Amino acid sequence: MTDTNIQGASIAFDRVGKAYAKAGGATVNALEGVSLDVASGSITGIIGRSGAGKSTLLRMVNGLERPTSGNVLVGGQDVGAAKGAKLRMIRRDVGMIFQHFNLLSSRTVAGNIALPLEVAGVPSAQIKPRVADLIDRVGLSAQAGRYPAELSGGQKQRIGIARALATGPKVLLSDEATSALDPETTQTVLALLKDINRDLGLTILLITHEMAVVRDIASHVAVIDAGKIVEHGATYDIFTAPQHATTRSFLSGVTGVMLPAFVKERLTQTAPEVDGEEVVRVTFAGAHATDPMLARLTQDMGIPVNILAGAVEEIGTRPFGNLLVSMPIAQAGQARAFLEQHGLLTEVLGYVG
Amino acid sequence: MSANLINLLLEATGQTLYMVAISAILGTLFGLPLGLFLATSQRGELLSAPWVNKILGLVVNATRSVPFIILVVAIIPFTRMVAGTSIGTTAAIVPLTIATVPFIARLVENAIREVDSGLIEAARAMGATPVQIIRKVLLPEALPGITLGLTLAIVSLIGYSAMVGAVGGEGLGDLGIRYGYQRFMPDVMAIVVIILIVLVQLVQSIGERIATAVDKRATKSGGQ
Repeated sequence: MTDTNIQGASIAFDRVGKAYAKAGGATVNALEGVSLDVASGSITGIIGRSGAGKSTLLRMVNGLERPTSGNVLVGGQDVGAAKGAKLRMIRRDVGMIFQHFNLLSSRTVAGNIALPLEVAGVPSAQIKPRVADLIDRVGLSAQAGRYPAELSGGQKQRIGIARALATGPKVLLSDEATSALDPETTQTVLALLKDINRDLGLTILLITHEMAVVRDIASHVAVIDAGKIVEHGATYDIFTAPQHATTRSFLSGVTGVMLPAFVKERLTQTAPEVDGEEVVRVTFAGAHATDPMLARLTQDMGIPVNILAGAVEEIGTRPFGNLLVSMPIAQAGQARAFLEQHGLLTEVLGYVG
Repeated sequence: MSANLINLLLEATGQTLYMVAISAILGTLFGLPLGLFLATSQRGELLSAPWVNKILGLVVNATRSVPFIILVVAIIPFTRMVAGTSIGTTAAIVPLTIATVPFIARLVENAIREVDSGLIEAARAMGATPVQIIRKVLLPEALPGITLGLTLAIVSLIGYSAMVGAVGGEGLGDLGIRYGYQRFMPDVMAIVVIILIVLVQLVQSIGERIATAVDKRATKSGGQ
Protein backbone atom coordinates (compact mmCIF):
# COMPACT_ATOMS: atom_id res chain seq x y z
CA MET A 1 0.00 0.00 0.00
CA THR A 2 1.18 3.47 -0.74
CA ASP A 3 -0.39 5.01 2.34
CA THR A 4 1.26 3.18 5.21
CA ASN A 5 -0.70 4.83 7.98
CA ILE A 6 -3.96 6.73 7.85
CA GLN A 7 -4.81 8.30 11.16
CA GLY A 8 -8.14 6.96 12.36
CA ALA A 9 -10.91 9.29 13.44
CA SER A 10 -12.93 9.08 16.62
CA ILE A 11 -16.71 8.81 16.52
CA ALA A 12 -18.93 10.37 19.15
CA PHE A 13 -22.65 9.79 19.54
CA ASP A 14 -24.08 12.42 21.83
CA ARG A 15 -27.62 11.78 23.12
CA VAL A 16 -28.66 10.56 19.70
CA GLY A 17 -32.31 9.87 19.04
CA LYS A 18 -34.24 8.80 15.96
CA ALA A 19 -38.01 9.05 15.92
CA TYR A 20 -40.23 7.97 13.05
CA ALA A 21 -43.72 9.30 12.53
CA LYS A 22 -46.13 6.42 12.26
CA ALA A 23 -49.48 6.50 10.50
CA GLY A 24 -52.07 7.88 12.88
CA GLY A 25 -49.76 10.46 14.44
CA ALA A 26 -47.89 8.18 16.81
CA THR A 27 -44.10 8.26 16.84
CA VAL A 28 -41.76 5.32 17.14
CA ASN A 29 -38.40 5.82 18.79
CA ALA A 30 -35.88 3.71 16.91
CA LEU A 31 -33.10 5.19 19.03
CA GLU A 32 -33.29 7.08 22.30
CA GLY A 33 -30.57 9.03 24.10
CA VAL A 34 -27.69 7.01 22.71
CA SER A 35 -24.31 8.29 23.89
CA LEU A 36 -21.21 6.40 22.93
CA ASP A 37 -17.59 7.33 22.32
CA VAL A 38 -15.66 5.24 19.83
CA ALA A 39 -11.94 5.74 20.28
CA SER A 40 -9.81 6.54 17.26
CA GLY A 41 -8.10 3.42 15.95
CA SER A 42 -10.25 0.99 17.93
CA ILE A 43 -12.41 -1.85 16.67
CA THR A 44 -15.78 -1.39 18.31
CA GLY A 45 -18.69 -3.75 17.97
CA ILE A 46 -22.33 -2.83 18.40
CA ILE A 47 -24.37 -5.91 19.08
CA GLY A 48 -28.13 -6.20 19.19
CA ARG A 49 -31.06 -8.19 17.89
CA SER A 50 -32.65 -7.25 14.59
CA GLY A 51 -34.80 -4.18 15.07
CA ALA A 52 -32.79 -3.00 18.09
CA GLY A 53 -31.62 0.05 16.16
CA LYS A 54 -27.99 -0.89 15.53
CA SER A 55 -28.22 -0.46 11.77
CA THR A 56 -29.79 2.99 12.16
CA LEU A 57 -27.02 3.96 14.55
CA LEU A 58 -24.27 2.78 12.18
CA ARG A 59 -25.79 4.54 9.18
CA MET A 60 -25.75 7.84 11.06
CA VAL A 61 -21.95 7.81 10.95
CA ASN A 62 -21.96 8.45 7.19
CA GLY A 63 -25.20 10.36 7.09
CA LEU A 64 -27.31 7.68 5.39
CA GLU A 65 -29.63 8.26 8.34
CA ARG A 66 -30.03 11.53 10.20
CA PRO A 67 -30.63 11.76 13.93
CA THR A 68 -33.83 13.54 14.99
CA SER A 69 -32.09 14.63 18.19
CA GLY A 70 -28.51 14.79 19.42
CA ASN A 71 -25.28 14.86 17.43
CA VAL A 72 -23.02 12.41 15.66
CA LEU A 73 -19.43 13.59 15.32
CA VAL A 74 -16.83 11.92 13.15
CA GLY A 75 -13.34 13.29 13.68
CA GLY A 76 -15.00 16.31 15.27
CA GLN A 77 -17.27 17.01 12.28
CA ASP A 78 -21.02 17.02 12.80
CA VAL A 79 -22.37 14.50 10.28
CA GLY A 80 -26.02 14.99 11.15
CA ALA A 81 -25.85 18.67 10.22
CA ALA A 82 -23.75 18.28 7.06
CA LYS A 83 -25.42 18.49 3.67
CA GLY A 84 -24.53 18.37 -0.02
CA ALA A 85 -20.85 18.73 -0.90
CA LYS A 86 -19.75 18.86 2.74
CA LEU A 87 -21.53 15.59 3.53
CA ARG A 88 -19.99 13.97 0.44
CA MET A 89 -16.53 15.04 1.63
CA ILE A 90 -17.16 13.44 5.04
CA ARG A 91 -18.39 10.27 3.32
CA ARG A 92 -15.09 9.93 1.47
CA ASP A 93 -13.45 9.64 4.89
CA VAL A 94 -15.84 6.88 5.95
CA GLY A 95 -15.73 3.57 4.10
CA MET A 96 -18.55 1.07 4.43
CA ILE A 97 -18.97 -2.65 3.83
CA PHE A 98 -22.28 -4.46 3.66
CA GLN A 99 -23.86 -7.80 4.49
CA HIS A 100 -24.82 -8.38 0.85
CA PHE A 101 -21.63 -6.76 -0.50
CA ASN A 102 -23.52 -4.33 -2.79
CA LEU A 103 -21.08 -4.71 -5.66
CA LEU A 104 -21.85 -3.58 -9.20
CA SER A 105 -22.52 -6.68 -11.26
CA SER A 106 -21.62 -4.77 -14.42
CA ARG A 107 -18.08 -4.01 -13.28
CA THR A 108 -15.08 -6.27 -12.80
CA VAL A 109 -13.27 -6.59 -9.48
CA ALA A 110 -10.91 -3.79 -10.52
CA GLY A 111 -13.81 -1.70 -11.82
CA ASN A 112 -15.70 -1.98 -8.56
CA ILE A 113 -12.69 -0.90 -6.53
CA ALA A 114 -12.08 2.02 -8.90
CA LEU A 115 -15.63 3.36 -8.47
CA PRO A 116 -15.12 5.45 -5.30
CA LEU A 117 -11.96 6.90 -6.83
CA GLU A 118 -13.84 7.89 -10.00
CA VAL A 119 -16.56 9.37 -7.82
CA ALA A 120 -13.96 11.39 -5.92
CA GLY A 121 -12.56 12.72 -9.19
CA VAL A 122 -9.16 11.03 -8.94
CA PRO A 123 -7.35 11.22 -12.33
CA SER A 124 -7.44 7.87 -14.12
CA ALA A 125 -3.63 7.68 -14.27
CA GLN A 126 -3.62 7.51 -10.46
CA ILE A 127 -6.58 5.15 -10.19
CA LYS A 128 -4.86 2.21 -11.87
CA PRO A 129 -1.87 1.80 -9.51
CA ARG A 130 -4.06 2.52 -6.51
CA VAL A 131 -6.54 -0.20 -7.50
CA ALA A 132 -3.70 -2.66 -8.11
CA ASP A 133 -2.39 -1.96 -4.60
CA LEU A 134 -5.81 -2.51 -3.05
CA ILE A 135 -6.45 -5.73 -4.96
CA ASP A 136 -3.09 -6.98 -3.80
CA ARG A 137 -3.86 -6.09 -0.19
CA VAL A 138 -7.06 -8.14 -0.15
CA GLY A 139 -5.40 -11.00 -2.03
CA LEU A 140 -7.46 -10.96 -5.24
CA SER A 141 -4.74 -10.22 -7.80
CA ALA A 142 -5.64 -13.32 -9.82
CA GLN A 143 -9.30 -12.24 -10.03
CA ALA A 144 -8.85 -8.57 -10.99
CA GLY A 145 -10.57 -8.95 -14.36
CA ARG A 146 -13.44 -11.12 -13.16
CA TYR A 147 -17.02 -10.16 -12.44
CA PRO A 148 -18.51 -10.44 -8.93
CA ALA A 149 -20.98 -13.15 -10.05
CA GLU A 150 -18.02 -15.44 -10.75
CA LEU A 151 -16.63 -15.15 -7.22
CA SER A 152 -17.41 -16.65 -3.82
CA GLY A 153 -19.00 -14.74 -0.93
CA GLY A 154 -15.69 -14.32 0.84
CA GLN A 155 -14.04 -12.98 -2.29
CA LYS A 156 -16.94 -10.58 -2.82
CA GLN A 157 -16.54 -9.23 0.68
CA ARG A 158 -12.83 -8.75 0.01
CA ILE A 159 -13.75 -6.60 -3.00
CA GLY A 160 -16.14 -4.72 -0.73
CA ILE A 161 -13.34 -4.11 1.76
CA ALA A 162 -10.89 -2.98 -0.94
CA ARG A 163 -13.55 -0.66 -2.35
CA ALA A 164 -14.25 0.79 1.10
CA LEU A 165 -10.53 1.47 1.59
CA ALA A 166 -10.00 3.04 -1.85
CA THR A 167 -10.30 6.67 -0.83
CA GLY A 168 -8.12 6.18 2.26
CA PRO A 169 -10.89 6.58 4.85
CA LYS A 170 -10.33 7.25 8.54
CA VAL A 171 -13.29 5.12 9.57
CA LEU A 172 -14.60 1.79 8.29
CA LEU A 173 -18.22 0.88 8.95
CA SER A 174 -19.20 -2.76 8.78
CA ASP A 175 -22.89 -3.55 8.44
CA GLU A 176 -23.17 -7.27 9.34
CA ALA A 177 -20.29 -7.87 6.92
CA THR A 178 -19.87 -11.54 7.82
CA SER A 179 -23.50 -12.51 8.42
CA ALA A 180 -23.90 -13.95 4.92
CA LEU A 181 -20.66 -15.95 5.08
CA ASP A 182 -19.87 -19.44 6.34
CA PRO A 183 -17.87 -19.73 9.58
CA GLU A 184 -14.54 -20.43 7.89
CA THR A 185 -14.85 -17.50 5.46
CA THR A 186 -16.01 -15.32 8.34
CA GLN A 187 -12.71 -16.02 10.10
CA THR A 188 -10.62 -15.00 7.09
CA VAL A 189 -12.62 -11.81 6.54
CA LEU A 190 -12.37 -10.90 10.23
CA ALA A 191 -8.62 -11.54 10.12
CA LEU A 192 -8.36 -9.20 7.14
CA LEU A 193 -10.27 -6.47 9.02
CA LYS A 194 -7.95 -6.94 11.99
CA ASP A 195 -4.88 -6.60 9.75
CA ILE A 196 -6.27 -3.46 8.17
CA ASN A 197 -6.99 -1.93 11.56
CA ARG A 198 -3.45 -2.73 12.70
CA ASP A 199 -1.67 -1.64 9.51
CA LEU A 200 -3.67 1.46 8.64
CA GLY A 201 -4.76 2.55 12.09
CA LEU A 202 -8.28 3.34 10.95
CA THR A 203 -11.24 3.10 13.30
CA ILE A 204 -13.59 0.19 12.65
CA LEU A 205 -17.19 0.32 13.83
CA LEU A 206 -19.14 -2.85 13.19
CA ILE A 207 -22.62 -4.04 13.89
CA THR A 208 -23.46 -7.68 14.31
CA HIS A 209 -25.85 -10.03 16.01
CA GLU A 210 -23.11 -12.56 16.62
CA MET A 211 -21.16 -12.32 19.84
CA ALA A 212 -18.45 -14.50 18.25
CA VAL A 213 -17.60 -11.66 15.84
CA VAL A 214 -17.22 -9.26 18.76
CA ARG A 215 -15.08 -11.76 20.67
CA ASP A 216 -12.81 -12.35 17.68
CA ILE A 217 -11.97 -8.80 16.69
CA ALA A 218 -13.56 -6.05 18.78
CA SER A 219 -11.61 -4.31 21.52
CA HIS A 220 -14.79 -2.60 22.71
CA VAL A 221 -18.43 -3.51 22.55
CA ALA A 222 -21.76 -1.78 23.06
CA VAL A 223 -24.94 -3.78 23.58
CA ILE A 224 -28.06 -2.18 22.17
CA ASP A 225 -31.58 -3.20 23.04
CA ALA A 226 -34.84 -1.53 21.98
CA GLY A 227 -33.07 1.63 20.82
CA LYS A 228 -30.92 2.11 23.91
CA ILE A 229 -27.37 1.16 24.78
CA VAL A 230 -27.74 -1.06 27.82
CA GLU A 231 -24.09 -1.85 28.38
CA HIS A 232 -20.75 -0.89 26.91
CA GLY A 233 -17.08 -1.26 27.68
CA ALA A 234 -13.97 -3.26 26.88
CA THR A 235 -14.88 -6.58 25.28
CA TYR A 236 -13.04 -8.60 27.89
CA ASP A 237 -14.89 -6.93 30.74
CA ILE A 238 -18.27 -7.36 29.10
CA PHE A 239 -17.57 -11.03 28.42
CA THR A 240 -16.31 -11.81 31.87
CA ALA A 241 -18.79 -9.74 33.86
CA PRO A 242 -21.93 -9.01 31.85
CA GLN A 243 -24.41 -6.88 33.77
CA HIS A 244 -27.50 -6.75 31.55
CA ALA A 245 -29.85 -9.60 30.73
CA THR A 246 -29.59 -8.93 26.97
CA THR A 247 -25.80 -9.17 27.15
CA ARG A 248 -26.06 -12.44 29.05
CA SER A 249 -28.39 -13.93 26.51
CA PHE A 250 -26.04 -12.98 23.67
CA LEU A 251 -23.14 -14.48 25.61
CA SER A 252 -24.90 -17.74 26.37
CA GLY A 253 -24.98 -18.37 22.64
CA VAL A 254 -21.29 -17.78 22.09
CA THR A 255 -19.64 -19.20 25.18
CA GLY A 256 -21.43 -22.43 24.40
CA VAL A 257 -21.63 -23.29 28.08
CA MET A 258 -25.14 -24.45 28.77
CA LEU A 259 -26.61 -26.68 31.41
CA PRO A 260 -27.19 -30.21 30.23
CA ALA A 261 -30.88 -30.85 29.69
CA PHE A 262 -31.22 -33.35 32.53
CA VAL A 263 -30.03 -30.72 35.02
CA LYS A 264 -31.91 -27.83 33.47
CA GLU A 265 -35.22 -29.67 33.73
CA ARG A 266 -34.77 -30.25 37.45
CA LEU A 267 -33.46 -26.77 38.24
CA THR A 268 -35.50 -24.80 40.79
CA GLN A 269 -35.08 -21.25 42.03
CA THR A 270 -35.63 -22.08 45.69
CA ALA A 271 -33.38 -24.39 47.69
CA PRO A 272 -34.98 -27.73 48.55
CA GLU A 273 -35.73 -28.40 52.27
CA VAL A 274 -33.63 -31.50 52.42
CA ASP A 275 -30.05 -31.52 51.23
CA GLY A 276 -29.56 -30.82 47.56
CA GLU A 277 -27.03 -29.25 45.23
CA GLU A 278 -26.46 -25.64 44.31
CA VAL A 279 -25.76 -24.98 40.61
CA VAL A 280 -23.22 -22.22 40.12
CA ARG A 281 -21.67 -20.54 37.10
CA VAL A 282 -17.99 -19.86 37.75
CA THR A 283 -16.21 -17.42 35.47
CA PHE A 284 -12.44 -17.45 35.44
CA ALA A 285 -10.95 -14.26 34.13
CA GLY A 286 -7.53 -12.69 33.81
CA ALA A 287 -4.60 -14.19 35.66
CA HIS A 288 -6.76 -16.82 37.37
CA ALA A 289 -8.20 -18.26 34.22
CA THR A 290 -5.67 -21.03 34.16
CA ASP A 291 -5.36 -21.68 37.91
CA PRO A 292 -6.65 -25.06 39.10
CA MET A 293 -9.08 -23.47 41.56
CA LEU A 294 -11.67 -26.23 41.57
CA ALA A 295 -9.05 -28.82 42.34
CA ARG A 296 -7.94 -26.71 45.31
CA LEU A 297 -11.55 -26.46 46.46
CA THR A 298 -11.71 -30.23 46.68
CA GLN A 299 -8.20 -30.81 48.03
CA ASP A 300 -7.88 -27.96 50.54
CA MET A 301 -11.47 -27.67 51.74
CA GLY A 302 -12.85 -31.11 51.02
CA ILE A 303 -15.82 -29.82 49.08
CA PRO A 304 -16.91 -32.21 46.30
CA VAL A 305 -17.42 -30.27 43.09
CA ASN A 306 -19.35 -31.73 40.23
CA ILE A 307 -18.56 -30.20 36.83
CA LEU A 308 -21.63 -30.02 34.56
CA ALA A 309 -20.26 -28.06 31.60
CA GLY A 310 -17.40 -25.77 30.79
CA ALA A 311 -15.10 -24.13 28.30
CA VAL A 312 -12.01 -21.95 28.22
CA GLU A 313 -11.81 -19.30 25.51
CA GLU A 314 -9.64 -16.42 24.42
CA ILE A 315 -10.62 -12.82 23.91
CA GLY A 316 -7.79 -11.08 22.20
CA THR A 317 -4.91 -12.86 23.85
CA ARG A 318 -6.49 -13.12 27.29
CA PRO A 319 -8.04 -16.40 28.34
CA PHE A 320 -11.31 -16.69 30.16
CA GLY A 321 -13.17 -19.74 31.32
CA ASN A 322 -16.73 -20.55 32.09
CA LEU A 323 -17.70 -23.54 34.22
CA LEU A 324 -21.06 -24.77 35.41
CA VAL A 325 -20.67 -26.75 38.60
CA SER A 326 -22.83 -28.14 41.37
CA MET A 327 -21.90 -28.40 45.04
CA PRO A 328 -23.72 -29.49 48.21
CA ILE A 329 -25.85 -26.59 49.41
CA ALA A 330 -24.42 -26.71 52.92
CA GLN A 331 -20.89 -25.96 51.72
CA ALA A 332 -21.71 -23.89 48.66
CA GLY A 333 -21.58 -20.51 50.40
CA GLN A 334 -18.14 -21.22 51.75
CA ALA A 335 -16.95 -22.42 48.35
CA ARG A 336 -18.25 -19.34 46.55
CA ALA A 337 -16.53 -17.06 49.06
CA PHE A 338 -13.27 -18.92 48.46
CA LEU A 339 -13.57 -18.57 44.69
CA GLU A 340 -14.51 -14.88 44.91
CA GLN A 341 -11.51 -14.28 47.13
CA HIS A 342 -9.29 -15.64 44.40
CA GLY A 343 -10.72 -13.32 41.77
CA LEU A 344 -13.27 -15.65 40.20
CA LEU A 345 -16.83 -14.60 39.50
CA THR A 346 -19.71 -16.77 40.67
CA GLU A 347 -23.39 -16.69 39.90
CA VAL A 348 -26.00 -18.98 41.46
CA LEU A 349 -28.20 -20.39 38.72
CA GLY A 350 -30.52 -22.48 40.92
CA TYR A 351 -30.81 -25.69 42.86
CA VAL A 352 -31.41 -29.34 42.20
CA GLY A 353 -32.87 -31.68 44.79
CA MET B 1 -44.89 -13.14 -58.96
CA SER B 2 -44.24 -10.16 -61.14
CA ALA B 3 -41.13 -8.00 -60.88
CA ASN B 4 -43.45 -5.14 -60.11
CA LEU B 5 -44.77 -6.85 -56.99
CA ILE B 6 -41.29 -7.75 -55.82
CA ASN B 7 -40.32 -4.09 -56.18
CA LEU B 8 -43.39 -3.08 -54.19
CA LEU B 9 -42.51 -5.52 -51.43
CA LEU B 10 -38.90 -4.34 -51.26
CA GLU B 11 -40.00 -0.73 -51.19
CA ALA B 12 -42.58 -1.40 -48.47
CA THR B 13 -40.01 -3.25 -46.35
CA GLY B 14 -37.65 -0.28 -46.71
CA GLN B 15 -40.41 2.12 -45.66
CA THR B 16 -41.28 0.03 -42.61
CA LEU B 17 -37.63 -0.16 -41.56
CA TYR B 18 -37.30 3.61 -42.05
CA MET B 19 -40.36 4.43 -39.93
CA VAL B 20 -39.46 1.95 -37.20
CA ALA B 21 -35.78 2.97 -37.06
CA ILE B 22 -36.41 6.72 -36.85
CA SER B 23 -39.26 6.34 -34.34
CA ALA B 24 -37.16 3.96 -32.22
CA ILE B 25 -34.24 6.40 -32.17
CA LEU B 26 -36.44 9.40 -31.36
CA GLY B 27 -38.47 7.35 -28.88
CA THR B 28 -35.30 6.32 -27.04
CA LEU B 29 -33.93 9.86 -27.13
CA PHE B 30 -36.98 11.14 -25.26
CA GLY B 31 -38.13 7.96 -23.50
CA LEU B 32 -34.84 7.06 -21.82
CA PRO B 33 -34.42 10.31 -19.89
CA LEU B 34 -38.14 10.37 -19.10
CA GLY B 35 -37.97 6.81 -17.74
CA LEU B 36 -34.85 7.65 -15.73
CA PHE B 37 -36.59 10.63 -14.23
CA LEU B 38 -39.74 8.65 -13.40
CA ALA B 39 -37.61 6.00 -11.68
CA THR B 40 -35.68 8.46 -9.52
CA SER B 41 -38.04 11.31 -8.68
CA GLN B 42 -40.55 9.89 -6.21
CA ARG B 43 -40.45 11.31 -2.69
CA GLY B 44 -37.13 10.62 -1.01
CA GLU B 45 -35.45 9.33 -4.17
CA LEU B 46 -32.31 10.69 -5.83
CA LEU B 47 -33.96 13.49 -7.81
CA SER B 48 -36.94 13.77 -5.47
CA ALA B 49 -39.63 15.83 -7.22
CA PRO B 50 -42.86 14.07 -6.27
CA TRP B 51 -45.23 16.51 -7.95
CA VAL B 52 -43.46 16.56 -11.29
CA ASN B 53 -43.22 12.79 -11.05
CA LYS B 54 -46.97 12.50 -10.49
CA ILE B 55 -47.88 14.81 -13.36
CA LEU B 56 -45.49 13.11 -15.81
CA GLY B 57 -46.81 9.75 -14.68
CA LEU B 58 -50.35 10.87 -15.48
CA VAL B 59 -49.35 12.11 -18.92
CA VAL B 60 -47.55 8.85 -19.64
CA ASN B 61 -50.55 6.81 -18.56
CA ALA B 62 -52.95 8.96 -20.56
CA THR B 63 -50.88 8.59 -23.73
CA ARG B 64 -50.61 4.86 -23.22
CA SER B 65 -54.37 4.50 -22.72
CA VAL B 66 -55.23 5.91 -26.13
CA PRO B 67 -55.50 3.18 -28.76
CA PHE B 68 -52.80 3.78 -31.37
CA ILE B 69 -55.14 4.17 -34.32
CA ILE B 70 -57.08 6.88 -32.44
CA LEU B 71 -53.87 8.62 -31.40
CA VAL B 72 -52.80 8.77 -35.05
CA VAL B 73 -55.99 10.59 -36.03
CA ALA B 74 -56.28 12.71 -32.89
CA ILE B 75 -52.87 14.34 -33.26
CA ILE B 76 -53.14 15.14 -36.98
CA PRO B 77 -52.87 18.93 -36.35
CA PHE B 78 -49.73 18.37 -34.27
CA THR B 79 -48.30 16.06 -36.93
CA ARG B 80 -48.89 18.72 -39.57
CA MET B 81 -47.11 21.29 -37.39
CA VAL B 82 -44.06 19.08 -36.88
CA ALA B 83 -43.73 17.33 -40.23
CA GLY B 84 -45.27 19.97 -42.47
CA THR B 85 -47.83 17.44 -43.67
CA SER B 86 -50.13 14.94 -42.00
CA ILE B 87 -49.98 12.41 -44.81
CA GLY B 88 -47.20 10.04 -45.82
CA THR B 89 -44.48 7.84 -44.39
CA THR B 90 -42.43 10.63 -42.81
CA ALA B 91 -45.52 12.16 -41.23
CA ALA B 92 -46.33 8.73 -39.73
CA ILE B 93 -43.12 8.92 -37.69
CA VAL B 94 -44.73 11.59 -35.49
CA PRO B 95 -47.54 9.44 -34.00
CA LEU B 96 -45.23 6.42 -33.89
CA THR B 97 -42.72 8.37 -31.81
CA ILE B 98 -45.39 9.84 -29.55
CA ALA B 99 -46.80 6.39 -28.85
CA THR B 100 -43.34 4.93 -28.21
CA VAL B 101 -41.91 7.56 -25.85
CA PRO B 102 -44.18 6.73 -22.87
CA PHE B 103 -43.85 3.01 -23.58
CA ILE B 104 -40.05 3.17 -23.55
CA ALA B 105 -40.18 5.46 -20.52
CA ARG B 106 -42.11 2.84 -18.51
CA LEU B 107 -39.84 0.02 -19.67
CA VAL B 108 -36.75 2.03 -18.70
CA GLU B 109 -38.36 2.97 -15.38
CA ASN B 110 -38.98 -0.71 -14.60
CA ALA B 111 -35.44 -1.67 -15.55
CA ILE B 112 -33.98 1.06 -13.32
CA ARG B 113 -36.22 0.09 -10.41
CA GLU B 114 -34.94 -3.48 -10.69
CA VAL B 115 -31.47 -2.29 -9.66
CA ASP B 116 -30.75 -3.39 -6.08
CA SER B 117 -31.28 -0.43 -3.74
CA GLY B 118 -28.17 -1.59 -1.85
CA LEU B 119 -26.07 -0.40 -4.77
CA ILE B 120 -27.54 3.09 -4.52
CA GLU B 121 -26.82 3.05 -0.81
CA ALA B 122 -23.23 1.93 -1.41
CA ALA B 123 -22.75 4.74 -3.95
CA ARG B 124 -24.25 7.30 -1.58
CA ALA B 125 -21.91 6.05 1.15
CA MET B 126 -18.99 6.71 -1.24
CA GLY B 127 -20.03 10.33 -1.52
CA ALA B 128 -21.44 10.05 -5.05
CA THR B 129 -23.70 12.81 -6.37
CA PRO B 130 -27.14 11.88 -7.74
CA VAL B 131 -25.87 12.39 -11.29
CA GLN B 132 -22.86 10.13 -10.62
CA ILE B 133 -25.16 7.48 -9.15
CA ILE B 134 -27.32 7.57 -12.28
CA ARG B 135 -24.38 7.51 -14.70
CA LYS B 136 -22.08 5.08 -12.95
CA VAL B 137 -24.49 2.80 -11.11
CA LEU B 138 -28.10 2.87 -12.30
CA LEU B 139 -27.61 3.00 -16.07
CA PRO B 140 -24.83 0.37 -16.33
CA GLU B 141 -26.61 -1.96 -13.90
CA ALA B 142 -29.96 -1.57 -15.68
CA LEU B 143 -28.43 -1.99 -19.14
CA PRO B 144 -29.54 -5.61 -19.66
CA GLY B 145 -33.11 -4.69 -18.68
CA ILE B 146 -33.09 -1.54 -20.79
CA THR B 147 -31.84 -3.51 -23.80
CA LEU B 148 -34.68 -6.02 -23.47
CA GLY B 149 -37.14 -3.15 -23.01
CA LEU B 150 -35.97 -1.43 -26.18
CA THR B 151 -36.24 -4.73 -28.04
CA LEU B 152 -39.84 -5.04 -26.91
CA ALA B 153 -40.51 -1.44 -27.92
CA ILE B 154 -39.10 -1.98 -31.42
CA VAL B 155 -41.18 -5.13 -31.86
CA SER B 156 -44.34 -3.23 -30.97
CA LEU B 157 -43.26 -0.38 -33.25
CA ILE B 158 -43.19 -2.86 -36.14
CA GLY B 159 -46.79 -3.72 -35.25
CA TYR B 160 -47.88 -0.08 -34.92
CA SER B 161 -46.21 0.82 -38.20
CA ALA B 162 -48.70 -1.46 -39.98
CA MET B 163 -51.56 0.79 -38.87
CA VAL B 164 -50.28 4.09 -40.21
CA GLY B 165 -51.69 3.30 -43.66
CA ALA B 166 -54.81 4.97 -42.23
CA VAL B 167 -53.11 8.36 -42.64
CA GLY B 168 -51.26 7.61 -45.84
CA GLY B 169 -48.21 6.10 -44.24
CA GLU B 170 -46.80 3.37 -46.42
CA GLY B 171 -44.89 0.24 -45.53
CA LEU B 172 -45.62 -3.46 -45.18
CA GLY B 173 -48.90 -3.11 -43.30
CA ASP B 174 -50.27 -0.68 -45.85
CA LEU B 175 -49.21 -2.96 -48.72
CA GLY B 176 -50.86 -5.94 -47.10
CA ILE B 177 -54.16 -4.07 -46.68
CA ARG B 178 -54.25 -2.49 -50.13
CA TYR B 179 -53.08 -5.47 -52.20
CA GLY B 180 -53.69 -8.48 -50.01
CA TYR B 181 -57.10 -7.45 -48.67
CA GLN B 182 -58.66 -4.86 -50.97
CA ARG B 183 -57.39 -6.44 -54.24
CA PHE B 184 -57.84 -10.03 -53.05
CA MET B 185 -54.19 -11.04 -53.45
CA PRO B 186 -53.70 -13.54 -50.60
CA ASP B 187 -50.16 -14.35 -51.76
CA VAL B 188 -49.14 -10.71 -51.14
CA MET B 189 -50.76 -10.84 -47.74
CA ALA B 190 -48.88 -14.05 -46.91
CA ILE B 191 -45.53 -12.63 -48.01
CA VAL B 192 -46.12 -9.44 -45.98
CA VAL B 193 -46.89 -11.48 -42.89
CA ILE B 194 -43.82 -13.66 -43.43
CA ILE B 195 -41.56 -10.61 -43.81
CA LEU B 196 -43.03 -9.13 -40.61
CA ILE B 197 -42.45 -12.40 -38.73
CA VAL B 198 -38.84 -12.50 -39.93
CA LEU B 199 -38.30 -8.85 -38.93
CA VAL B 200 -39.68 -9.42 -35.44
CA GLN B 201 -37.63 -12.59 -35.00
CA LEU B 202 -34.50 -10.77 -36.10
CA VAL B 203 -35.04 -7.82 -33.76
CA GLN B 204 -35.88 -10.13 -30.86
CA SER B 205 -32.83 -12.36 -31.23
CA ILE B 206 -30.42 -9.47 -31.77
CA GLY B 207 -31.88 -7.72 -28.70
CA GLU B 208 -31.57 -10.83 -26.57
CA ARG B 209 -28.01 -11.39 -27.73
CA ILE B 210 -26.97 -7.88 -26.77
CA ALA B 211 -28.77 -8.14 -23.42
CA THR B 212 -26.97 -11.40 -22.62
CA ALA B 213 -23.62 -9.92 -23.62
CA VAL B 214 -23.98 -6.95 -21.28
CA ASP B 215 -25.45 -9.01 -18.44
CA LYS B 216 -22.73 -9.98 -15.96
CA ARG B 217 -25.13 -10.91 -13.18
CA ALA B 218 -24.82 -14.64 -13.59
CA THR B 219 -21.97 -16.87 -14.63
CA LYS B 220 -22.46 -18.30 -18.08
CA SER B 221 -21.73 -21.91 -18.76
CA GLY B 222 -18.43 -22.22 -20.55
CA GLY B 223 -17.69 -18.57 -19.90
CA GLN B 224 -14.24 -17.35 -18.84
